[in-house]
Parts: sequence; C-alpha cells; structure tokens
Amino acid sequence: MRAFLDFEKPVAELEAKVDELRALGENGDGVAIGDDVIRLEAKAAAALKDLYANLTPWQKTLVARHPDRPRFLAYAETLLTEWTPLAGDRKFGEDEAILAGFARFRGEPVCVIGQEKGTNTETRLRHNFGMARPEGYRKAARLMELADRFGLPVLSFVDTAGAYPGIDAEERGQAEAIARSTEACLALGAPNISLVIGEGGSGGAIAIATANKVLMLEHSVYSVISPEGAASILWRDPSRAQDAATAMKITAQDLLRFGIIDEIVPEPTGGAHRGPHEMMNRAGDAIEAALRDLAGREPDELRRLRAEKFEAIGRTIG
Amino acid sequence: MNWVSEVVRPRIKTLFRRETPENLWVKCPDTGQMVFQKDVEANLWVIPGSDHHLRMNSTQRLKMMFDEGTWLDVALPDAPVDPLRFRDEKKYLDRLKDARAKTGLRDAFKVGFGRLEGSPTVIAVQDFGFMGGSLGMAAGEAFLRGAETALDKRTPFVLFAASGGARMQEGIFSLMQMPRTTVAVRKLNEARLPYLVVLTNPTTGGVTASYAMLGDIHLSEPGALIGFAGPRVIEQTIREKLPPGFQRSEYLKAHGMVDAVVHRRDLKATVARLCRQLMKQPLPEAAAEPETGAPPPPVAA
Repeated sequence: MRAFLDFEKPVAELEAKVDELRALGENGDGVAIGDDVIRLEAKAAAALKDLYANLTPWQKTLVARHPDRPRFLAYAETLLTEWTPLAGDRKFGEDEAILAGFARFRGEPVCVIGQEKGTNTETRLRHNFGMARPEGYRKAARLMELADRFGLPVLSFVDTAGAYPGIDAEERGQAEAIARSTEACLALGAPNISLVIGEGGSGGAIAIATANKVLMLEHSVYSVISPEGAASILWRDPSRAQDAATAMKITAQDLLRFGIIDEIVPEPTGGAHRGPHEMMNRAGDAIEAALRDLAGREPDELRRLRAEKFEAIGRTIG
Repeated sequence: MNWVSEVVRPRIKTLFRRETPENLWVKCPDTGQMVFQKDVEANLWVIPGSDHHLRMNSTQRLKMMFDEGTWLDVALPDAPVDPLRFRDEKKYLDRLKDARAKTGLRDAFKVGFGRLEGSPTVIAVQDFGFMGGSLGMAAGEAFLRGAETALDKRTPFVLFAASGGARMQEGIFSLMQMPRTTVAVRKLNEARLPYLVVLTNPTTGGVTASYAMLGDIHLSEPGALIGFAGPRVIEQTIREKLPPGFQRSEYLKAHGMVDAVVHRRDLKATVARLCRQLMKQPLPEAAAEPETGAPPPPVAA
C-alpha cells in the first residue's frame, strides 16, 4: 500500500481506479478494459507529473518527510560496499541518530556520515527520529578527524528535523558539539560532499553539511528552523506553518538561486519514494561527479575553497 | 633407583601423555556445558553454541590473523630485568622464570610481521598467560618496537590488548610505560599509519589507560571485560553490586568507547577491510567479486 499525502488525492483516486480496472481485467473480458487502463494510467501519470512540477514549499516539506522516502541506510546499502559503521564519541555514548563509518563508494574508500530517521516504530526509536544528541555530533567530528588524517573523502547524508531538543542533550553541551562538528568539517583536508536527502534541519544539519559541495534532492528542504517552529515564533501560531514554509525559502530551488547549495539532484516523478533505485543511481552519479571535480587538490586548497565558499555566501545576492 | 626408573620411565610417561591430552574437554564458563576440545579449537576457541570467546595465546592469535598462519617474529629488544629486586611471596625473578617456562615467551608480548589478506601488517599481541599480560619494561619495549616496525615498513599497526594492567613488580618503571607507549602511538598518528586496537578479555588498568584506548579504531570481542579499575576493586570500594554487563564490550560500545563488537570469526576480515580503507588500498581481486551488492556484513553487535 502506498501512502498518499493529502495534496496527492486526485492522483490517488486515478491510481485507485487503474488498480480497480486491472483487478476486473484479470477476471476475463480483457480488451475493452485494457484500453481504459492504458488511458487512465497515462492520465494518472500526467496528473502526478503536473502536481510534482508545481509543489509549494509546504508540499515539498511534506514530501521531504514522506514516510516512504528512502532514508540514509537505503542509500548506504545501495551506494556503498564494505560499509563498516563505527560507534561512539569516546566520551559518553553511542548515538544512532547519526551513523558513521568507513566504506567504499564506487570502489574508492570514503568516510560516510548519515542521519537516519528510521523506517518503522522500532528503528525510529532506535535512531531517535534522526535527531542527534551531542554524542552523535562528537562521533561525526571524531570520524572526520580520522578521515582528515588518512586523506579519505567524507560523504554526508543530511536528513534531520534538527538536533534533539532535550535536557540531557543540553547538559552535555549540544551547542558545543555542533560547533565542533562544523569546525571539523572546515578543518578537513580531504574533499567533503553533503547531500540533503530529506530535511536539513538547522544546526543539526549544518554540523555535518559544511562541505565543499552541498547537493540537495529536488524535493528536499533545508532551513534554519522547521516551518512549524518558525510559525510558532513569528506568527505565534503553529498552524501558520504553510506561510512560514513559503516565507523562509526552504526549497532546493530557492537555495540554489541563493548560492547556498551547489546542485540539485532531480527526483523521479512523484518523489524519491516512487523510484528509490533510480534515485540512488542519480544521487550516486551526482556525488561521483562532485568528487571528480575536487580530485587531485591539495588539503590546503580544499580548506581554502571551502572557507571561501562559505565566506562568500550572502555577499553576492543583490 | 637406576637409570631405567629415573630416565626411561618418565620419558615413556611423557610420550603417553602427549597421546592422551589431559584436557580433552572444555567447560563453557557461561553454560557449564562440556565441549570437545578439538571442536573448540577448530572454532577459533569460541564455544560452539554459547559463543563464549575463550582466551587465546599470542601464537594462536597471530596464526588466526596472518595469511596461511605464517609470519616473521619481530625480534624484541631486551629490557633491564627486575630493577627493584622485587620480592613478594616469591622472587620476581622466579616468577619470570616460571612464566617463561610456561609460555615459551621472553615476556608478555609477541609481535609478528606478515600479510593480512595480502597486505603487509604488523600485529602485536599481549599474552595474558604471561603474568596476566602485565605491562612492564619489556612489554613497553615490545610495543615500541612493534610500532617502529610498522613505521619502518609503512604498514598498519594492529594491537591485540589483553592485560591485567601494569606489572606491580616493576613499580614506577611500569607506570612509565604509559607515557612511553603513548609516544609511540603519536608517532603512528603523525605518520598517518592506521593504529587499530582489538580489546580482548580482559583489558584493564594502565594498559586501558594508555595505548589500548588511543586506537584510531577500537574493536572488541564479545563479552570481553574492559575497564580501568577491576570490578572486584570497584565493588569493594563502593560496597555495591555492579549491574550485569558492567565493563563488558557491549557496555563499552553503548558508552562510546568501542567502535564495534566483532565476533572472532569476523575479526580478521574486519581488521583487514578497515586497514585497506585507511591505507587507501584497492580491493583485493578475490574479495572484490562477492562483496558487491551484498548486504553489509554484521560487524556491529
């Protein structure tokens, strides 16, 4: 069963009709229904394409949070071999909201850091819905330091509503942990590539997304705060989230225009969850191309390019 | 008494003893189940069924890790012996003599240079059978020599830790091995050579508080006791029962100190894979094929 979002209702109805006709067709009396099915299918596909070509920022937010949207581990399974997750911050604990380790990407050894939201109740709890505590960021920073020492590129997959807002996280220095992780990104003498695969939530995202190249999937979002959060602060009314989503410019298209990100990776029609395999291949190709762009550069040059890129943000928009 | 009873008979006895080893059966410390020793040996000293990881000596360990079970022993330097002329219930010198006779080792370390899935690697193993794997001057020198060999040959350095801690009989000289080994770890870091630590049962005391906790990556065998102060000391000090699983591998992983708990059967492949990745070596031809598209290997416990 495919989960449909509210705004997908017209498409859902068409697709339900297609399924109904198919079931009828299987009970004999094929020809006439066959034509109908083909016609309806084409109509459903056109409606879906149309719908997804014109998603509002709020709709994109919903797609980015879609329960069936491929998560980090799906990308890891498809794009990586020899994936060896490593645990712990060597200080307090292990945080599975951020997974990190070494692997091979298209044959070459890399360090991989990914925020994982989980796919069912059990894994969502284990990964704390992708909201990391200080231990997660400290693990990320520890592995980036290792990657730097051994000259391994760092790939990060961003998908978080934000860093975990909790008493324990504050007690153990959530802010400092995020700051150090961002610093570790900037200190990297190896290339780093970030890909926003779902939600890029605030400091929780930037801590692992301060990269030489930042890519976003077509319908992912990236912002300083969730639309709900912004609505409750600025409008004092969380139900104004749709307005906040539009006002904050959180879509990949907006961010590319601002020069915040470097590239958009197109999604299959109807979103990544409708063609996960195709999505992974495109993401893999985009990451490979970005790595190729940065190949052969000296550590100092990589650091300088990264620093200059972030220094320049905001200076060029007029 | 004549030469027959004094010389011939004991020899005949030892001959027989070889044919019928005393410990034909091994008792599982977890379940009490009796297992045929040969089965345990064939299973890398892991009890089939309960998966309890028994201790291995340094030779068994090197055999398990290096390709075809062969390696070159790295010659270990001599260290001053018994600087304090120490004596408790027994002379330290006698204890050393006994340990040497029992293990065939000079001290609690064995260092090998060989191939790990084809890649040259230096592996150092602490032997718990030699005075509890304790860290004294000779062990310190052995660690330094192991690290130097890795630096010379530009290979990864893999350490199997197993130790009760510092060697009390060498007093302050033992304590000084903590900074000395740390210097060696820093040299490996500066040379950008991987330093992998495998924590085995038990790793405690000054060893944990120095080179065993400074690895680029920390792997551990399931159920290994790893800590600074031993559980008995803690219990006696705080007069409280410790929670189950305290200071075991899995507990350390949950508390951020260990990267992965790895079953012994996966240990060689895991160490080899990580070394290759950190050394930026290509996949070995043979391993490249079945790896692609396969689900990630179960490294995390």
